Amino acid sequence: MRHEKMTKVGLFFVFAIVCFFILIPFYAIALASFKPGGDLVRYGLNLSFDFSVMSFNNFVYLFTGSHSYFNWFFNSVFLTIVQVVLTLLISATVAYGFAAYNFVGKNFLFVCVLMIMMVPFEILLLPLYKLTNDLGLMNTYSAIVLPGIASAATIFFFRQYISGIPKEIIAAGRVDGASEYGIYVRLIIPVMKPSFAAMAILNGMNSWNNFIWPFMVLSETVKYTLPIGLKTLLTPYGNNYDLLIVGSFFSIVPILILFLAFQKYFIDGMTAGAVKG
Amino acid sequence: MIKRFIYSQKVAPYVFVLPFILVFTIFWAYPLLDSFEMSFQKVALGQDSNWVGFANYEKLLGDKVFLKALTNSAIYMVLTLVILIPFPMLFAVLINSKLMWGREFFKASFFFPALTSVVVAGTIFRLMFGEMEGSLMNSLLSLFGIDPVKFLKGQVTGFIALLALAAWRWTGVNMLYFLSGLKNISDDYYEAAAIDGASKWQQFTRITVPLLKPTSIYVLTISIYAGLAMFIESMMLWNGNNSPKNIGLTIVGYLYRQGIEKNNLGYAAAVGIVLLAITMIINVTQLSISGMFKKEDQS
Repeated sequence: MRHEKMTKVGLFFVFAIVCFFILIPFYAIALASFKPGGDLVRYGLNLSFDFSVMSFNNFVYLFTGSHSYFNWFFNSVFLTIVQVVLTLLISATVAYGFAAYNFVGKNFLFVCVLMIMMVPFEILLLPLYKLTNDLGLMNTYSAIVLPGIASAATIFFFRQYISGIPKEIIAAGRVDGASEYGIYVRLIIPVMKPSFAAMAILNGMNSWNNFIWPFMVLSETVKYTLPIGLKTLLTPYGNNYDLLIVGSFFSIVPILILFLAFQKYFIDGMTAGAVKG
Repeated sequence: MIKRFIYSQKVAPYVFVLPFILVFTIFWAYPLLDSFEMSFQKVALGQDSNWVGFANYEKLLGDKVFLKALTNSAIYMVLTLVILIPFPMLFAVLINSKLMWGREFFKASFFFPALTSVVVAGTIFRLMFGEMEGSLMNSLLSLFGIDPVKFLKGQVTGFIALLALAAWRWTGVNMLYFLSGLKNISDDYYEAAAIDGASKWQQFTRITVPLLKPTSIYVLTISIYAGLAMFIESMMLWNGNNSPKNIGLTIVGYLYRQGIEKNNLGYAAAVGIVLLAITMIINVTQLSISGMFKKEDQS
């Protein structure tokens, strides 16, 4: 038993040390958000505590200064909500079509879903850029939302989930005279609710942190999302560190709160892909 | 009449999957075909394109910068595999042990970094690996009496920063993948092994590792993909797509440079097709090798 206790303490220490290193960057940026940006340029990002230079000035500037931070922030919130709602509704509908019916071309179409998951999206950046330009959709949110609206990973996950729902529900609905669409809306969607939470988190995180495609599409400062806005604060002509650091720090806070409140769904959503094996 | 047609059981499935067909055709199949076509053309946005045959691909063969980008991406991918598969697996097994204190706390804190966007994480790491004496990494080194290092100016040290960023963001996520894989392994195996006198280490190598294979294959597949397609991490660390002597340039970075920054879409499309070919070859090989091992296991 003494041996067991030693192992316990040893394990705990190993994890405490790794955990310490994982949390350092958060601690460093939290600390830096209380220091003047000039300090950062002179001394770099570090863990030194110096109350004589620390203040709430950056936070005051974040909330009252004249800059576009909250404009970007709410653009990101808006886009994330729109993207999550549309992606979930449409992907669930498509997944239901795959799970509940047998139809000509079904296997071929499902191979298409798998193909999307296997090809790096980055390859499509240029042709999509050209297409967006040809369609006159540059600098619009439609160009950001539309390509991802039938998300392959989400369809895949929902299809698995619906396959687990007893087929009798559908048959019973037909006996009762419900239409094909009525069955889906009134009988299936309510049963699918638990799977929506995990997929909302997964898609929400992807959307909130999405960078490269919106960065290529959006050209007007007022339309920027938060990651793009923060990136533009790093310019070749001197960086706006005051806003960058406190803004980066503040951008982590809402998602951290959501995570602590809905931890289980975050973990389910993130590991949804692996469970299917 | 039309209503009855749309509401029939034969037509309904097509109505359900129609959004996918549209999105797939417009935003996936067409762009991919267009990419193939462009790779045989000279294209600039807003100008007519000309057919050039295999000229883009021939040029790629002799392009030293492309070779540099290819090597960088390959090395990055291999090193992330070396770090991000064994360590998360080990952490998952340890954290799953009955002797673990504070399991939920550690699980949550390991996962925290995955919540940050690449832009924010990249900014933090760029500053932590800054060249000033007082920046976090250099002050850490000075504790051991090592002089300040200009991390982002050297090939090796630059890669250390890139890998630190990748390890920081993904260790927790991969650990969770392995944890969900561990849930599917029955305790009976370990009990039987313990009765037979197998040590903890033998149990790990003989039971845990083989039975975690499906999870490992999944993690391997997404890591290969993510490693080869890495771009924004490098863009954030070097504040743009231009690192000194291209030490941080990746395949997608080169695609972006040629296509967007130089408006040389045809050449960039050829870079994309090469990347597609590489990922396809690796994935197919990897999946068939792991499939072959499966058959051997059964016999």
